[in-house]
Amino acid sequence: MSLIELENIVKVYKFGEFEIRVLDNITVKIEKGEFVCIMGPSGSGKSTFMNIIGCLDTPTSGKYYLDGVDVSTFSLDQLAEIRNKKIGFVFQQFNLLPRATALENVELPLIYAGISAKKRKELALHILSKVGLSDRANHYPRQLSGGQQQRVAIARALVNSPSIILADEPTGNLDSKSSLEIMEIFKKLNEEQGFTTIIVTHEPDIAAFGKRQIRFLDGKIVCDSKVCPVDEKL
Amino acid sequence: MISITSIINIALRALRANAMRSFLAILGIIIGVGAVVTMIAIGSGASEKISKQISSIGSNLILVLPGATTQGGIRMGHGTQQTLTMADAEAIGRECSAVMAVAPAITGTAQVVFGNQNWATAIIGTTPEMVTVREWELLWGRFINEQDVRSGTKVAVIGQTVAEKLFGEVDPLGKIIRIKKIPFEVIGVLDKKGQSLTGQDQDDIIYVPITTAQRTLFGQTLPGRVRLIYVKASSLESIPQATEQIRTLLRQRHRIGPNQEDDFTVMDLTQMLKAAEESTKTMSILLGAIASVSLLVGGIGIMNIMLVSVTERTREIGIRMAVGAKPKDIRMQFLIESVFLTTIGGVFGLLLGIGASLAVSSLMDWPVSISLFSAIIAFGFSAFVGVFFGFYPAYKASTLNPIEALRYE
Repeated sequence: MSLIELENIVKVYKFGEFEIRVLDNITVKIEKGEFVCIMGPSGSGKSTFMNIIGCLDTPTSGKYYLDGVDVSTFSLDQLAEIRNKKIGFVFQQFNLLPRATALENVELPLIYAGISAKKRKELALHILSKVGLSDRANHYPRQLSGGQQQRVAIARALVNSPSIILADEPTGNLDSKSSLEIMEIFKKLNEEQGFTTIIVTHEPDIAAFGKRQIRFLDGKIVCDSKVCPVDEKL
Repeated sequence: MISITSIINIALRALRANAMRSFLAILGIIIGVGAVVTMIAIGSGASEKISKQISSIGSNLILVLPGATTQGGIRMGHGTQQTLTMADAEAIGRECSAVMAVAPAITGTAQVVFGNQNWATAIIGTTPEMVTVREWELLWGRFINEQDVRSGTKVAVIGQTVAEKLFGEVDPLGKIIRIKKIPFEVIGVLDKKGQSLTGQDQDDIIYVPITTAQRTLFGQTLPGRVRLIYVKASSLESIPQATEQIRTLLRQRHRIGPNQEDDFTVMDLTQMLKAAEESTKTMSILLGAIASVSLLVGGIGIMNIMLVSVTERTREIGIRMAVGAKPKDIRMQFLIESVFLTTIGGVFGLLLGIGASLAVSSLMDWPVSISLFSAIIAFGFSAFVGVFFGFYPAYKASTLNPIEALRYE
């Protein structure tokens, strides 16, 4: 049984009369412990693909089995619970709460998991030390560099021990040095702790970190292999 | 399940982050609740004052006054003709079924002396029923009894003010006072009654047996005449019936023909006061209702602020949803923020209201009454406003699409 199994996933957006088939019959499996990079031009459906895997969105048709459970028909509350327990998100914009400290940002998923304040702090501090930010726990996001903010975001994604880490252009707002640092963290997490990691990127050198690459074009997977050839047109 | 303390913490943090805006939103509620509390205090103060007056004159009281003389077409005032007699009073007590007690009275003023003190006061000659009719307790001693009336003894029952002015710290019981130079023994002291409806000091009074008053104090040209008759109806409902019975009886006794005017007047004080009480109650409800409008406006202010807050924090909502907040968690967060705003406003509004009521009471000499009830109402109402006006913004926040919320700039 694969960790992620998509069967004929279709996502259609309607704009009045028009229909846009953002995902067109996607069938794909991702095993536990894989490091996958998703590539493709904007509008190719890669973000929607991520949103569906991340249970932020539901498919128009098709089946999505996460850990063997069909989540494509889950209610909003059930999806929220899946996101809380099984998914860790990392965003291009970091998406930290500006008025909360690094520590409080990391604690956020634990609050919604109903974990006690004491335990939350313990767990969050532990994870912050893992991304090398123990000394920044009480800093606010604006007091941190972009790379540091993204590390806080990674800590937040990890804190509730998810099955999958989903990162949408995690290096998009970072300089090349920070980008490499962040990617090293993902790589280490994947190799040493076996976190299943899925990263959306359009930079080939970032995608090179992946052990598997999936390329989208017009809502379809056009390449799914260890290394996809770089298409100059994209 | 997310714990309630966490949600409260989140809400408090958000309110603190926008302290000025939160304060302004709260201000609307403070003013609203303050206005409601003040208006209710003013209104209920007024009706309480009237209720006190009702109980101080004695409930279900009817006054029978002598009629007016008509001389050459000019009608004089009440009491210009002494048409009421002791016999009338007795007849009313005997024959009117809706009447519980009757006390005739002869009134006058006189200088009263005790030792080196003297004081001008109202002297009322009456019968033992007076205490029943006026519902007046005795502090010490006893009231005039039948024996006193029959033999016209020179005894006096004094009011609080008289006791104070004449005796000061001395115990008045058994002491001899001189009324119009005639010695009277003080046999009782009445309990305090306070001001009457017209602002007269009801405690500035001396009761003597009616016979003594007639014979000794106010020697009258027409013996047996009385100045007025106090009547107590058996219940509030029977007042109109009692009034009618008294009129019919007196018209018969005074031989007044069908087309002639009454030579007496029956006044129903209780009904008048009840009507006044009703109208102040209505006034107090009206004042409260007007004040509620400002609370409503305050509530709309809260809703406005909450809507702005939801829009401003769209991305925050998206982040929370992405990490596992359920729609109900988001809804709860915003609802608690709004209820918190309004209850804080409720507490300060209550304080403002109490302050304003006390200011009104001392500056305008208006009786105010702040009850626990109005405090609870104000507080409960402000919490309700928070839920009511917070619900829509909270609902709106909870139905945001997390993907769109995360993209919101």
